[in-house]
Amino acid sequence: MVDDSTRKTLSNIPLLQIRAGPREKDVWVQRLKEEYQALIKYVENNKQSGSDWFRLESNKEGTKWFGKCWYMHNLLKYEFDVEFDIPVTYPTTAPEIALPELDGKTAKMYRGGKICLTDHFKPLWARNVPKFGIAHAMALGLAPWLAVEIPDLIEKGIITYKEK
Amino acid sequence: MSHAIDELQAIIAEMKSEMEEQRLISGSAGASGSGSRPVRDRIERMSAEVVDSNPYSRLMALQRMNIVKDYERIRDKAVAIVGVGGVGSVTADMLTRCGIGKLILFDYDKVELANMNRLFFTPDQAGLSKVEAAAATLSFINPDVRIETHNYNITTVENFDRFLDTISQSGQVAGQPVDLVLSCVDNFEARMAINAACNERNLNWFESGVSENAVSGHIQFIRPGDTACFACAPPLVVAENIDEKTLKREGVCAASLPTTMGITAGFLVQNALKYLLNFGEVSDYLGYNALSDFFPKMTLKPNPQCDDRNCLVRQKEFQARPKPVVIKEEPVSEEPLHATNEWGIELVAEDAPESDPQPPKSSEVGEGLRLAYEAPEKSSETPAETVTAPTDDTSVEDLMAQLKSM
Repeated sequence: MVDDSTRKTLSNIPLLQIRAGPREKDVWVQRLKEEYQALIKYVENNKQSGSDWFRLESNKEGTKWFGKCWYMHNLLKYEFDVEFDIPVTYPTTAPEIALPELDGKTAKMYRGGKICLTDHFKPLWARNVPKFGIAHAMALGLAPWLAVEIPDLIEKGIITYKEK
Repeated sequence: MSHAIDELQAIIAEMKSEMEEQRLISGSAGASGSGSRPVRDRIERMSAEVVDSNPYSRLMALQRMNIVKDYERIRDKAVAIVGVGGVGSVTADMLTRCGIGKLILFDYDKVELANMNRLFFTPDQAGLSKVEAAAATLSFINPDVRIETHNYNITTVENFDRFLDTISQSGQVAGQPVDLVLSCVDNFEARMAINAACNERNLNWFESGVSENAVSGHIQFIRPGDTACFACAPPLVVAENIDEKTLKREGVCAASLPTTMGITAGFLVQNALKYLLNFGEVSDYLGYNALSDFFPKMTLKPNPQCDDRNCLVRQKEFQARPKPVVIKEEPVSEEPLHATNEWGIELVAEDAPESDPQPPKSSEVGEGLRLAYEAPEKSSETPAETVTAPTDDTSVEDLMAQLKSM
């Protein structure tokens, strides 16, 4: 399930209150504000604990998100583009986070580089609608995925360090 | 020199594959057909004549055998299939062979060699979009079927509206909704999007699914307001009685078998036909446990506290509608079936209505079934230790700029 450190990370991310998807134009703006506030707090927390690991931004409607995430392995920083759409059924369904450049390099991905989440993610998300937002999806979905997959991909020589 | 030859060879290979693609696509476009394969002409009316050259003789025989009244009505029906993968492609194939009037296919994926453990697609179609490749094959099998393709992901904001318009206006008669939507997708997000669309436009649809370990499948008939919608309860799945700890998921997302997918597609189309042509009994939920060959069935009532507000609207409408009285044709028998009833045995209907429908719990669903997870308590409060996002007057633009500058 969720380990203690993830639990602690989660408890420090603000919970959201507004249940609104991108089709409900007026209320969605309110939800979007909450999303940004939660993300800002999460990035601040990460910076403070020395575990800063992603940046995100969105189009002005807040329906398309993109940015970078990175993973430290043996003192080297491996960086990847991250992107996802906000589905029409959000926040009932979580966003499907994708790392397009890793598409086809690992079996733990669906088409287009969407990461394959554990059996625990969806039930956990479902029980926390509408309180979980994008920041929670990053903490619960992408962070553990990177922690398992990236060292493995490096070890297998599928991804190599690139000087930035 | 050899480098130039390699380059030329690569160009030739590429042109060859382009020509092949063109050939396949053009096969779907014309009834006359420009390819080498013989294509039959369209048939105006379905004939019941039993001759080798009649593609509909065995289907029209269903009338003679008193199974279906007026089989030819199938030509007035339009069905939307969302997801043309392992289940959806076989579903489309079956409906095409049955002579359905119109098929509308949605998928944004391409055919890959990794799909070849499933039915329908062939290795030479690798790289083509699934809807294009399917349309080509289906039109070749039966040129009488009108096929419309849509190559996009229905869950994104911009595509969802196109999806809504299509299912509510692309019926056999232009401007009319399709007669049925069949969900053959492989993910929760797309199912919820179909659910939202069908609740909004009040369209009946079938959900279908095969488990990620390939040993169970199910179909579920959703009539907005009448049966539980997909958001009314956590997904109802077949219990496989496999110990979670022995279930290895190392290094893979999903397994699949052509058998389980073919069986699920068969269940789906059989029930779609029964619904469209009004024969037999349409199952509300039919599961398939491949390990024990067990087929659980049940009916799920809508949840009066469903999160989908259109579901609640449909529930109110349904409750207000007068219910049709079902008259069953009982076989007339001269003698009483049992003259005496010494033990006082009586039959009790399994589907006796519940007095107060509540969101179901795993313990309440039928034998051999379980909910994918337990539904959250409606009144669950935020734990005290957690923080909530502050609400203030900062604009979204300011917050966007703030996050960007971090």
